[in-house]
Amino acid sequence: MAFNFTVSPSFPNERISDWYIFNTWMQRSLDLPIHLELHNDFGAQRQAIAAGKVDMIYANPFDASLLVREQGFRAIARPEGKPDEMVIVVAADSPTQAVPDLLAGSRIACADDPCVNTIGRILLEPANLDGNNTTELRRETYIQVAKALLRGDADLGFMPVEAFENLSSLVRRDLRVLVASQIQVIHHAFLIGPILFEHATAITGLLLSMHQSDKGQAMLTALGAQRWQALEQEDVEFMIDIISTLTT
Amino acid sequence: MDDMVASNEACSAHLLTFADGSRRQVYVTGVETPYPRGKLIVSRTDTRGIITQCNPSFVDMSGYPAAELIGQPHCILRHPDMPAAAFRDLWDTVQSGRQWNGYVKNLRKDGGHYWVYATVVPNVRDGMIVGYTSVRREPSRDKVAAAEALYREMR
Ligand SMILES: Cc1cc2nc3c(=O)[nH]c(=O)nc-3n(C[C@H](O)[C@H](O)[C@H](O)COP(=O)(O)O)c2cc1C
Repeated sequence: MAFNFTVSPSFPNERISDWYIFNTWMQRSLDLPIHLELHNDFGAQRQAIAAGKVDMIYANPFDASLLVREQGFRAIARPEGKPDEMVIVVAADSPTQAVPDLLAGSRIACADDPCVNTIGRILLEPANLDGNNTTELRRETYIQVAKALLRGDADLGFMPVEAFENLSSLVRRDLRVLVASQIQVIHHAFLIGPILFEHATAITGLLLSMHQSDKGQAMLTALGAQRWQALEQEDVEFMIDIISTLTT
Repeated sequence: MDDMVASNEACSAHLLTFADGSRRQVYVTGVETPYPRGKLIVSRTDTRGIITQCNPSFVDMSGYPAAELIGQPHCILRHPDMPAAAFRDLWDTVQSGRQWNGYVKNLRKDGGHYWVYATVVPNVRDGMIVGYTSVRREPSRDKVAAAEALYREMR
């Protein structure tokens, strides 16, 4: 039976085929049967995790902490470079100049990424805004989040920095970043479940040396990364301690 | 801990007495440094509250160079307007393995201050508390005003 691999559904749709290419390469290099299952949304992914149908995952920081603390997963690598950050955006002509100007009753456009939404909520605390005095407009994609702002359907929007940067320059021109998170210490991670621990050395070695071949380098570039960096258990524990202060 | 050096600005002197009975002369100017938007201020301590690690935002806001913070007790940031009971509650909570939240007015090296909403969690490894992590975020001005009033009554 094949091991199940999945990827947190926060990556852009254009990368779906690149993740399949990565999975094929990983299977061949490790000589292990690995099945890639991409879930449409975070709800479906969490269900798969709960049902024990995930053995290997490229996870956002929040899912990574859940998997390490509650399912005994081990984080083995992270992409080198930029940590995960998000932005709160408004329409360029919005009267709001800073977060404390936002009023009760504000309408928030967002997608279903719990990581982005949790940090967005924290950045709204200086305005005394929370779930009780705001309404959330859930959209399927970040382009739709941008459109909700441009049409005046929402007063502010939550997006990962990467999604904001990927918007066309025409759309971006009509938007303004109200605040950008600078958490600096939380990032995606590659994790394996207990069933794969006996292969941990091989998997880690494969990822950490991936950038050394032209083919590996090209796959990394396609996935928006430069190279994998080793993760020590204590780095992960520290990240989880920080996340626990943000989620409870 | 060394006493503070009085700044050139107008300031008032206070003698702090810490939970362990030790004392420190501090000077306060009443000047507030605004919270850096979008950032988290992070530090870690050992089980006794000695600072072991901190992020750049923590260093910037404290006004000390990083080398003067690492190895010092966390009460290097204690402001005389903070009631001792708040920190007693913090320590009771985290030593029993739970998470503590509260509004804190911190003292800068230059005698100024900054307000934060702080969360402190125990770092549990193999079932043992090996230290503590604090993550601070920007508080709303209403909450700061309420905390200010409460702390004035508690002192
Ligand atoms: C992780 C951690 C972070 C802390 N952060 C602060 C802080 O930012 N400011 C502060 O005055 N005390 C902080 N404290 C509490 C201090 O250790 C100390 O209790 C407090 O300054 C009062 O001093 P005293 O307990 O020696 O009387 C922190 C404690 C821990 C464990």
